[in-house]
Parts: sequence; structure tokens; C-alpha cells
Amino acid sequence: MSDMEEVEGPEGPVPPRRVIGTPPPTPRLLGSGDGPVEGRAEGTADGHGTEVALAEERLPSEPDYPAHAKRAEKIVATCFLLAFIAGCGFIAAYIGLEVGSVDSVFRSNLALGLSLSVALLGLGFGAIIWVRHIMPDYEMVEERHDMRSTDAERQAFGEYFAEGTGASQFAKRPIVRRTLMLATLPLAAIPIVVLRDLGPLPGTSLRHTVWSPGRRLLVYGTNQPITAAEFSAPGGMITIVPEGYTDDLDALAKASVILIKFRPGELQIPTRYNGSTVIGTMNWTVDNIVAYSKICTHVGCPVALYEQTTHHILCPCHQSTFDATTGATVIFGPAPRPLPQLPLTTDAQGYLVARSDFTQPVGPSFWERG
Amino acid sequence: MSEDLHVPKALSGTGSWLDDRFHGARGLRVFMRKVFPDHWSFMLGEIALWSFVILLLTGTFLAFFFVPSSAPVVYHGSYVKLDGITMSQAYQSTLNISFDVRAGLLMREIHHWAADLFMAALTIHMLRVFFTGAYRKPREVNWLIGIVLFSLGLIEGLFGYSLPDDQLSGAGLRIFEGVLQGIPIVGTYLAFFLFGGPFPGDSIIPRMYIIHVLLIPGLILALITAHLFIMVHQKHTQMPGNGATEKNVVGQPFFPYFMAKGGAWFFFIFAALALLATFAQINPIWLYGPYTPVAISSASQPDFYMGILEGSLRMMPAWEWNFLGHTISFSVLIPFAVPLTIVLGGAAFWPFFEQWATGDRSWHNVNDRPRNAPIRTATGLAAVVFYGVLWAEGANDVIADKLQIPLYTVTWIARVMIFVGPLVAFIVTRRICLGLQRKDKELLEHGLETGIIRQLPNGEFIEVHRQLSEEEREPIEAKKVPALMPAPGSEDENGVPAPDSHGALGRARSIANRAFAETVVLETNGHGNGHGNGHGAGDEHAAVGAGHGELPSGSDHGSGTDHGSGGSGGDGSDGESGEP
Repeated sequence: MSDMEEVEGPEGPVPPRRVIGTPPPTPRLLGSGDGPVEGRAEGTADGHGTEVALAEERLPSEPDYPAHAKRAEKIVATCFLLAFIAGCGFIAAYIGLEVGSVDSVFRSNLALGLSLSVALLGLGFGAIIWVRHIMPDYEMVEERHDMRSTDAERQAFGEYFAEGTGASQFAKRPIVRRTLMLATLPLAAIPIVVLRDLGPLPGTSLRHTVWSPGRRLLVYGTNQPITAAEFSAPGGMITIVPEGYTDDLDALAKASVILIKFRPGELQIPTRYNGSTVIGTMNWTVDNIVAYSKICTHVGCPVALYEQTTHHILCPCHQSTFDATTGATVIFGPAPRPLPQLPLTTDAQGYLVARSDFTQPVGPSFWERG
Repeated sequence: MSEDLHVPKALSGTGSWLDDRFHGARGLRVFMRKVFPDHWSFMLGEIALWSFVILLLTGTFLAFFFVPSSAPVVYHGSYVKLDGITMSQAYQSTLNISFDVRAGLLMREIHHWAADLFMAALTIHMLRVFFTGAYRKPREVNWLIGIVLFSLGLIEGLFGYSLPDDQLSGAGLRIFEGVLQGIPIVGTYLAFFLFGGPFPGDSIIPRMYIIHVLLIPGLILALITAHLFIMVHQKHTQMPGNGATEKNVVGQPFFPYFMAKGGAWFFFIFAALALLATFAQINPIWLYGPYTPVAISSASQPDFYMGILEGSLRMMPAWEWNFLGHTISFSVLIPFAVPLTIVLGGAAFWPFFEQWATGDRSWHNVNDRPRNAPIRTATGLAAVVFYGVLWAEGANDVIADKLQIPLYTVTWIARVMIFVGPLVAFIVTRRICLGLQRKDKELLEHGLETGIIRQLPNGEFIEVHRQLSEEEREPIEAKKVPALMPAPGSEDENGVPAPDSHGALGRARSIANRAFAETVVLETNGHGNGHGNGHGAGDEHAAVGAGHGELPSGSDHGSGTDHGSGGSGGDGSDGESGEP
């Protein structure tokens, strides 16, 4: 048993903690590893102990192979010692290594992570070798008891439940029962009702963006307006944000636009209608430049990829693919409809501006969209 | 030896003090002697448990420094590449945790890895429970708790990795919002209430934060506690063999064995996470930049446990209905609701379906070997393939890129595989299970091939077979298969018609029952019946089993006679899918 006590040291408070509440005051009851507990001893604890059938078989007190255990003991102690050193190393690295730049953070992370890993591995290996090679191998068989209560227990339960119900008069007085149920109804609804102010009602806000007649198109990043002449290289695609809203994420989440320049003749947008509203037409382009909503009609990712040779616009999230030459019609993927087209024109200075807002809601489908 | 053990006064005194007040000695002693069966697969749930503990520890640390706010600030911190950039306080504080708080990066990475490990361990643990039939009576409730835990873990993870407000997670949040909007009737309202107005707004970060650090972890903690209490109360299942029966638990006591092993396991898992955090960088948010709805990076991937949802969104064709002025977007709704409902709803439904189909209402503490339950194992594999196809499709762009397959081809393969794959998996797995059962039968009858070839005096060569030892026979002979219920329309000797034999449901039940009862009969050496099947006197009472699982649950186990049908199936005497 003496070896057990020695290795218990570095392991720390773990085994004793379980022991604490367990034993009655008699010291001999504290068995760590070989604690045989006997019925009579239990009785001395606090006087409740009658004939408690506790004298099951004892755990073995000696390892199966003492010489082997002796070797294992050294390994376990080495592991724990290593864990101690690594743990100290962690504290040292914490104190000694500065952070504040990418390099220093990575150095610190390496030192801290490595020392923590070694400390934890030392404890893990130590503990597992301890269990497997020092503790005597021991298996026991415990009886399983049926989960089901006995018929007598069930009946007694049922009887008392009936008695209690009777005594409460719950069954006999329907007026009390019904008013009680009535009283709980509004209370149950209150947790739902009070959530009302979590947000405003959607109203028609999903139908509009901040684009309005004459609002300039600014190049995302530089926030500069752009003329048709400046955007002259065919095959290019740039991202556009509305003037006055370059930092408004709520506005940008709906109003971001991609601008694509085509060679003459490539762009062939047939005029399309939604009811009597025009939703796509060549008339909204300026000098073979077309503007589409950047917000995917599937679930709202920015459609950021453009393949020049095929004129395909690709959403990187779910690969909805749109044909830019025909009004951003869907050619593959889960998006249900073309990217809305922003009507374009130029202002007096020649800058590209919106002719109006989008003529249909941008972005993902929603119930009220129609 | 024990007399030598000196107990410090401090310990025994404290113990006595506590016991005077709480009467703990008796209960704790029982607990210390509680037997835990040993099997490597029983450690899988523990991985999830310890990952959760590590999540709580590291999460608390992170919460000391994280600022859950969307308020814009201009960054002038240690990461100079983002100097002067406007970003949310959430993103700024995450940068600070990474670059200015000592051990902050380590904690962040351990936290993220632990979340991934938590979900992975839950998944594998649930697969283990499913394939060994450990969810059967009396453990159905714990199985359902596990499914709820998995679902909570999905939301907890999504909200957790969305909190730093970086470009990648913001894109995920945008998708989440788009999906919410797609829900019929209430979708727009849900989205507006959760986000406090239009996306992104400035309410979502603090709201996700409180849900992520209090609401869901509280629920998970409560459910894990319930899960463990129920497990302790009902006692763990065990694998067949090694003397295991339905009425005992064979293993090592909690104190000191299981406690030390469990503790060691905790250290190993923590160490594995620390090593990952040190050498395998995860979620380097400083590379993604702050969130803006205008931009996105290509090959955006969510964390792996979201892959099934991502994949189903990618796979779905563009279906949408417009009617009466309303839009129903099936290209969002179906991917959002259907796959998880099939997998998780199906898992929740399965134990009750199996009980209905087999008529087996007895309790089960010895696990099945997967081969001995071909229909269950085949269904499980079908679900794995179903999940796997969706999951792989979630990375279709990466697959297309790495394997040089056109992107749309990958998606089309997935669209076909989602229907064909599970079917093929079901058929193949069922055949393999029955084949393995035949192998078992052969092992019992002819023993093990030794590889020794012997020449007989007449010149004939034979291979020497070694008979299996008792220990080797035991797990094989523990096989139990649900019995065939009476054929529809048949009557027992008293003229009582077989239960559920009428109508379409009765016929369906009968078909399901025949499938479940299909088995390869083992020659059990005459003493196989008694071996570890705990059904007691199944054989003698087979004829008495009039109830066939239809008796009130009050009398369906423990007494042997009530479920004679279940017992007699154990020795396979019903024959290979024949009539009873």
C-alpha cells in the first residue's frame, strides 16, 4: 500500500475528494484502492446502520505483478514530474513572453500551447499507466435491478395520488379547476407577447433600397463616382455602393450592386415584366454597362465571382450561376430568379447614376414578396 | 494492508462533519462501488462531456475580454494590417483577445476546436448508441435527450462562430437570415425580431451573445446532467460476452478505477485540443477582415457540423411557388427543414418504430452486435450515407477544385447520390450483416481456421480448425433476434386474432416484422439459450407468449413468460425468416 500513497501525491486532490464525504469517522474506513468496508463499521457512523449488507468482496490490495508495478511506478512519477515541469513552463512562458504583434503572438502561442499540452499529456499518461499497471486488475459484477416498480409500489402510489386528488377537491369542484386553467392562459402567453418589441415589423422595407433617381454609383473601396468612359475595359466587373450610404451596413446589405462592362453586341437583355412593371431591359444600360444587384436571390450572399469568358456571375456560397448577358438569368443552382437590374443613366457631369430604385425586391425570397 | 493506511485527521474530520449533516456515507459508498462496463466505444460520449467542460472553461475566459457590440470603432491595435479600418467592437475585441491578451489566442483556438470536437464526438457517440441498439428500452428518453443536445449544439456552434463578426461568419449569418426569411408566413417577422430590424442591424451580436453564453449552455448543462443521472440510475449498457447478462453489470468500480480512467481521458482530450490549438490554426479571423455585406471570400465554408445544411442548400434546384400573392421558396425551405428532420426526427422516431415492428417491449442492457440487427444497421448506414452526401456537397466547390471535376457535375452527382446512395447502402449493409451472421454460425460449428494444413494418411489435405473457446463463443451466442409475430389474419389456439393484423398499418407492421426477424440460425451447442440473453425461460414459454408485445407495459419484462416470443427469437429457433 505504501507505493499507492507515494504516487498519490502529485495526482493532487482528486482521489481524496471522493473520499471526504464517504467515511464515517473511523479512519480505517478510508480505503483508497483497497478500502474494505464492513457492515459493522457502517453502523458506527451515525447510528442508522442496522443490518446493512455491505460486506461484499474486497478489492485486491496488491498489484498483480509487484515488480511490474514497481517499474510502472517510476514511469508514472516521471510523467507527473514532467507535467509539473511543463506546468511551470506554461507560467514562465506566460510571464516571460510578450504579445502584441503577429510574430510574438505566434511565439507565445507555441510556447503556451506546447507546455500546456505536455502538462496535460503527462497527467493523462501518468494516470492511465497508474490505473492499468499499478492498480490491481479487478472486475466486479453488480446486479441490475428492474427499473419497474413493484405492483405494490405502483398501487400504493396510485392510491395516494387518488387520496391527494380527493383531498385537494380538484376533481369535485370544476369551477375551481376551470378558473385555474383560465387564469394560466394569459400568463402562458405573456412570455411570447413581451417579445414584440424585439424588432420593428417588416412592413414594406424589404421591397426598397436606398437607390433613388439621380443617386450616384460609387466604386466600392475608393468611394469615388465613376463615368461610363472611365469604366471602359470590357469584361470588367466592379462593386458599387450608393452615394451617401458607403458605411451604412443595413443599406449596403440590400443596395450593393455589381457593374459589368460588355463589348458592343454582347449584352442582349430582353425586356421582362413582372405584371406591368418592367424588371429588366436594355434601356437601363449605359454604353453596354449594366448594373445588377449584388445580393443573391437565393439567401443573400454577395455574388462576387465573375467569369469574363462565359459572362457567368457565380455566387460563392451556393453556386447559383447567372448569365450576365441576358439580364442575370439563372442558369444553375438554387437561386429562384434573376438578379434584379438597377436602372442606370448618367447625370449632367457624366457620372453613372441610378434612374430609380430597383423595380422589384432584391435578395432572398420572403412570404410577402408575391 | 488497510490497517496501515493512515487517514489524516483533516480528511476524516471533514468527512465526519459532512456526514453528520448530509448522511452521505451510505449513498457515496454505493456510488464509489458503482460498476462501469469497459469498452472503447463507451468513451465516445465522454469525449463530448469533457469537450463541453473545456468549452465552459475557455468560454468563461473569452467572455472576460469579448465585447458583444456592433458599435463601429476605428482599429488602431496590434494587428497593423487592419490599422485604421472601421469595424465592430465585437471584431476589435476578438482581435485584442488574439493579439493583446496573453494566452488569448490559445484559449480562442482551444474553444473553437473543442466546439468542433464536441459536435464530432456527439455524432460518433450517437452512431455507437444506434448501431449497438443501446437506445432500446429503458433508455429511449436518454436517446431523445441526446438528439436535443445535438440540435442545441448546432445552434450554439453557429452563434458562437458568428460572434466575432468577421467576414466569414457574417456571410454565414447572412445565409441564416436569408433562410429565416424564407419560412412561410412568419419568416420575415422572425428575421426582423431576431435581428431587431433589417439585416444586419446592431442587435444581433448582443442577442446571439446572451443566447450563446447563457441560454443554450444552460440548457445543454441541464440536459447533460439529466443524461448522466439517467445513465447512472439505469446503469450503463454493456457489450455481450465476459459474463454480461441483462441482469448484471460487469466492469470496474467507479472508485478508484473508472475515476482515474475518466480523469486521464479528460487530460488526454484537453491535451489533444491544446495540441490542435498550437499546431493547427483554426478560424484566423484577422485574415478574414471585419464583416461587410458587400464582399465575400470564395470557398467560404462553415464549421463541419453545418456542412449538412450548407450542402443541402447547394444541392437544391431552384424551386419556388408564387400563389395568391405569396412566395414559398422551396429552394430554401426544403434544404433547411427536410434533411435534419429526416436524420434527427428519424433518429428520435426509430426506437418506437423498432418496438412497434418487433413487438419487443422487453428491456435491453446487453448491446447488440450490429450484424445481429441487419435492418437497424442497414438503416443507420443509409442515414450515414444520406448525411455524408449532403455534407460532402457542402464542399462541392472544394471537391470540384481539388479533383478537377466540373462544379455542376459534382452537384449533379450529389443530386443523384442523395437518393441512390442510401438505398445502395441499405441493401449492401443488410447483405453484409447477414453474411457476417453466417460467418458466426460457421465459427461456432467448425471453429477457427488455424492455417495449419495436415495431410491425412490417405493423402487428403485438410485444414485444421480450432474450436472456439468459451470466451470466444459467448459474444456470438449472445445473439438475440426479435421473433416473428403471428401472421396477419392468423389466430392463436383460442381463436384470438393476431394483434394489428388488420388494415394497411397491420400489414405494414407484419412486413416490417418479417424484415426485423430475418436471421441466420446459430447452432448454439445446446447451451446457447441460457447464455446472457436474460430473457429467462424464453423457450419453454414460447407457446404462452400470447401477448406478443401487446401486453400492458407493466408486465412485459422480467418475468419471461410475457414475452416468450422475444425470448424464443434469441436462439433463432424460428428459422431463417420462416414462419414461427
